[in-house]
Amino acid sequence: MGRNTFREFTEVMPAPLPGAIDCDLHPAVPNLKALLPYLDDHWRDMVEQRGVHELDSISYPNNAPVTARPDWKPETGKAGVDLDRVRKEALDGFQTSLAICNCLYGVQLLYTEDMAYAFARAVNDWMAAEWLDKEPRLRASIVVSPQNPDYAAAEIDRMAEDHRFVQVLLLVMDEMPLGRRRYWPIYRAAERHGLPVGIHAGSSYRHSVTAMGWPTYYAEDSAAQSQAFQAGLTSLITEGVFAEFPDLKVVLLESGFSWLPAHLWRLGKFWRGLRMETPWVDKHPFEIAKDHVRLTIQPRDLPADPAVFERVMAHFDSDEMLLFSTDYPHWQFEGDDALPAGISPALAEKICRDNPLATYPRLKEAMA
Amino acid sequence: MTIETIQKPETAAPAKQALAIADCDIHPSPKSVEKEVFPFLSKHWQEYYNTYGTLLRQPYQNGPAYPKGQPDAARRDAYVPDGGKPGTDLAFMQKQHLDPYNVQLGVLNPLKSGQGLQNPDFAGALCSAVNDWQIAEWTSKDARLKGSVCLPYEDAALSVKEIEKRAGDPNFIQSFMLIRTADPMGNRRYWPIYEAAAEAGLPLAVHAFGFGGASITGSGWPSYYIEDMVGHSQSAQNVVASMVLEGVFERSPKLKLVIVEAGFAWAPSLAWRLDRIWAQNRLELPHVTRPPSEIMREHVWYTTQPFEEPDRRGHLKDTFEWIGWDRLLFATDYPHWDFDDPSRIPLPPADEATRNAFYLQNARDLYGV
Amino acid sequence: MAKHVVAPVADVPPGAHLRVEAGGVPVAIFNLDGEFFGLLDRCPHMGGNLSEGIVIGLVESQKPGCYAYSRAGEIVRCPWHGWEFDIRTGQSRFDPSRWKARSIEVDVEDAQELQAETIDVAQEGDYIVVHL
Repeated sequence: MGRNTFREFTEVMPAPLPGAIDCDLHPAVPNLKALLPYLDDHWRDMVEQRGVHELDSISYPNNAPVTARPDWKPETGKAGVDLDRVRKEALDGFQTSLAICNCLYGVQLLYTEDMAYAFARAVNDWMAAEWLDKEPRLRASIVVSPQNPDYAAAEIDRMAEDHRFVQVLLLVMDEMPLGRRRYWPIYRAAERHGLPVGIHAGSSYRHSVTAMGWPTYYAEDSAAQSQAFQAGLTSLITEGVFAEFPDLKVVLLESGFSWLPAHLWRLGKFWRGLRMETPWVDKHPFEIAKDHVRLTIQPRDLPADPAVFERVMAHFDSDEMLLFSTDYPHWQFEGDDALPAGISPALAEKICRDNPLATYPRLKEAMA
Repeated sequence: MTIETIQKPETAAPAKQALAIADCDIHPSPKSVEKEVFPFLSKHWQEYYNTYGTLLRQPYQNGPAYPKGQPDAARRDAYVPDGGKPGTDLAFMQKQHLDPYNVQLGVLNPLKSGQGLQNPDFAGALCSAVNDWQIAEWTSKDARLKGSVCLPYEDAALSVKEIEKRAGDPNFIQSFMLIRTADPMGNRRYWPIYEAAAEAGLPLAVHAFGFGGASITGSGWPSYYIEDMVGHSQSAQNVVASMVLEGVFERSPKLKLVIVEAGFAWAPSLAWRLDRIWAQNRLELPHVTRPPSEIMREHVWYTTQPFEEPDRRGHLKDTFEWIGWDRLLFATDYPHWDFDDPSRIPLPPADEATRNAFYLQNARDLYGV
Repeated sequence: MAKHVVAPVADVPPGAHLRVEAGGVPVAIFNLDGEFFGLLDRCPHMGGNLSEGIVIGLVESQKPGCYAYSRAGEIVRCPWHGWEFDIRTGQSRFDPSRWKARSIEVDVEDAQELQAETIDVAQEGDYIVVHL
C-alpha cells in the first residue's frame, strides 16, 4: 500500500489553537504595476520605459502545486493578493490572532543593487499601506536587498520605526553563505532594533541550488532547500554571527525543520576538534542553535506516524525552537490540519503562542 | 623551539580485537606515482602528468583551498615509519590497521584517481591506470582488500568501457564516483554508467568530495574547512534526491547506491521530505512510481563514517531504526583524521546478530563476498 | 598508588614529549619548561594516542576575526580528531568541565633516592617517575 497522493502524506492533525500566531504568511504583490505608486519618479520611469518584467522567482512557479493550495487559488492571477480572502482563509480560517507577512516578490534576485534597493523600499511601503494599514492582525518582515548590505541596513533603519514590522527578511541562498561578514551590516541593524532575521526558502540563483549544478526538476529545487538551510545555519554559527551579535535571533522559514538535530550532531562533532579554526565558536553548535535559532513548522518533513514527531522533538531537546505557521497560501497541508499529529497540548501552546511571542518582542505590543 | 617526540611511540599494534569488521572506506595512495602508476600509463600521459599535473576544477595544484584540519587530512600517527605518507604502504596498513582491527573485508576507495580531471581523456587514462594499480599493489597482495573501479564519470562512454573492462574481475567489488559531479548525478548524461554498473553487478559507491566546480553550498563558497567537511552531508542529500527524482532506480532496478563518507543521520529527514515533494509533484515525475522513501530503503546504503555524535547516544537508536540497520555499513576512513574506531563509535544497542551484521555481514551481503 | 620509573630525565628535554608504559598503562609525558606532566595516552573521544599528537599553543577569540595566541607548547591536539587538551590539567579546550584527558601524576626523583627504595635504575641522575 503506497502513499500516492499528497492527501495521504499530510496525516490527520489537529487544527492550531485559537489565537495562534502565524509566523509565515505570504501576501503577494499582484504585479509590478501595484508597486508603481511606491516608486519614485525615476524608478517608475525606468519600469515603464524598459518594460521591467515581473519579479516572479522560479522558487515558486505561479501555478506549481506548492505555490497555491487549490482552495486558496483564485480563478485568475496569483493567490494571496486579495485581502478579503487572506482574512477569510488565513486569519479567520485558522483563528490566528496575529500573522507575520513575508513577501516573496523577488527583489533579492536582481543584479543591479540600486534597482533592488528601490524595489525593496517599494515593497515595504506597499506592505504597510495595502496590508498593515487595512488589517490590524497583520505584521510584516522588512524586505531588504542583500545585493548591498549597507542599503539593506539603511532600509532596516527606515522601516524599523514602524513597529508593525517585526523581522528582517532574507532568502536562504544568495551570493555567499549568509554568515559571511559581508552580510553583517544587516545583522547589526536587525540586532540594534531588536528584530529577528527571518531566512526564507528561496534563492537569488547566483549559484546552482545543489553542490553539483542545476537540477532537472522543480521537485529537486524544492528538495534542495533544506540542504540550503543546513549550509546556511552552518555558516551563521561558524562565522560567529551569534558571537558578534549576541542578541540576534534567526528564524528559519519554510525549512522542513526535521533535519536540524542530525545536522547539528555532525557540525558539533567536527567542531570539537576543529575549534581552533574558528575560536570564536566557544560553545557546542547545538547549544548556540537552541539560544538563537527558531524554525517555522510548515512544511513538516515527517512521516505519517505521529510517534516519529515525538522522537524528533526529543532529538531537538528543546520545546522553544518551533514556531507555528500556515505558510498560506502555499500548499503544505489539507484543511486546517496545520499541526503535527500527536502533538501534546502543552507543546501546541508553546508552538502556537509562547514561542512566537518570545521570538518577536514587538508582537507583545499588540497583546498589551 | 623545536618540539619533537624523543622516542617514536611504539607502533606495535594492540592485540587483535575480537570483533570482525568490514571496513567499507579505506584510502590507499601511491608511494610514488612514477613507480607505481606510470607503468599503467602510456608515455604520452606520463609526460602529460609530469608537465601539467592533475588539473581539476579547483584553484590550487596541490589541494583544495580549504587547508585541512591535520596535514594530508590524515591521522598524525598514520605516517609510515620509513617516511611514507599515510595509506601508501600495505605492510604498515596491515600492521596498524587491518590486523589489529580484524578487518575481514577492506574496500579501497582511491581519491587521487583522475576522477574529475578537466581533461576527460586524461581522466580516462589515469582512472584505468589507478584501477590497475589497485590490483598490482593492493588486492593481489592482501585477499582481504577489494578495489573500486574508478570511473572517469564526466565521460559516460569512457566510464562504461571501464566498467565493462573490469566486470567480473574479483579484484573489484564496486564502481566508484565522487559526489560533486559536474551535473547532479541523476542527470541523464550519466545514465549509461548506471545501466552498465547495474548490469555488471557492481554497486555504485559515491564518495564525499568531487570536482564538479559548483560551490559546495547553493549560496556560494563557505569560508572555513569545517564548513567544507560538514557540507558533504548536504552534497550527499543532493545526490540521493537527484538519483531518486530523476528515476534512475526505476530505469536501473538492479542498481545499488552506496553513499560513502557523508555520515547517515540526515537520511530519514530527507526521505520524509522527498516523499512529500514527490506526492505533490506527480505531474512532473511520472517516471517515479513509488514513494522515494521506499526507493531509498531498497536501493541506498550508507557507510557510517563520520559517525554523528549526539549528546545522547540513545537518539541514534531512532536514526538507525528509521534508516534500517541493514542499510548501514561500518567504515573507518583509514588513514584520514576523522577516523572512526569500531569499538568507540556511539553505536545504539542491538542484539549480537544485528551488531555483527552492521560491522560485517551487511557489507558481505551487499557486495556478495 | 604504585611508583613507576619510566625514563631518565634527559630523555625528555624541555619542549619534548614521550610515550611510556607504566605498569601496562600508556602515559604521555610532557616537559613544559622543566616541569613534567603526564596524560593517559588515550584520547577520551576514541582512544587515539595523545603522544602522537602535535603540541601547540592556545588560540582564543573574543570576536570573530580576532585571534589571541597564548600558552605556546602547552596544548596537545589528538592526532585523530584534533581535540585540544591542556597538558597541565588534562582538560579539553572545547568543554573543560565535561571532557578531559586523564591527568597522571608525574615526578622527578634522584637515582640515589630510588636506589635506596630498591628501585632498579642507573647509579646517577634524575628519573621521571609516574604514580599510578
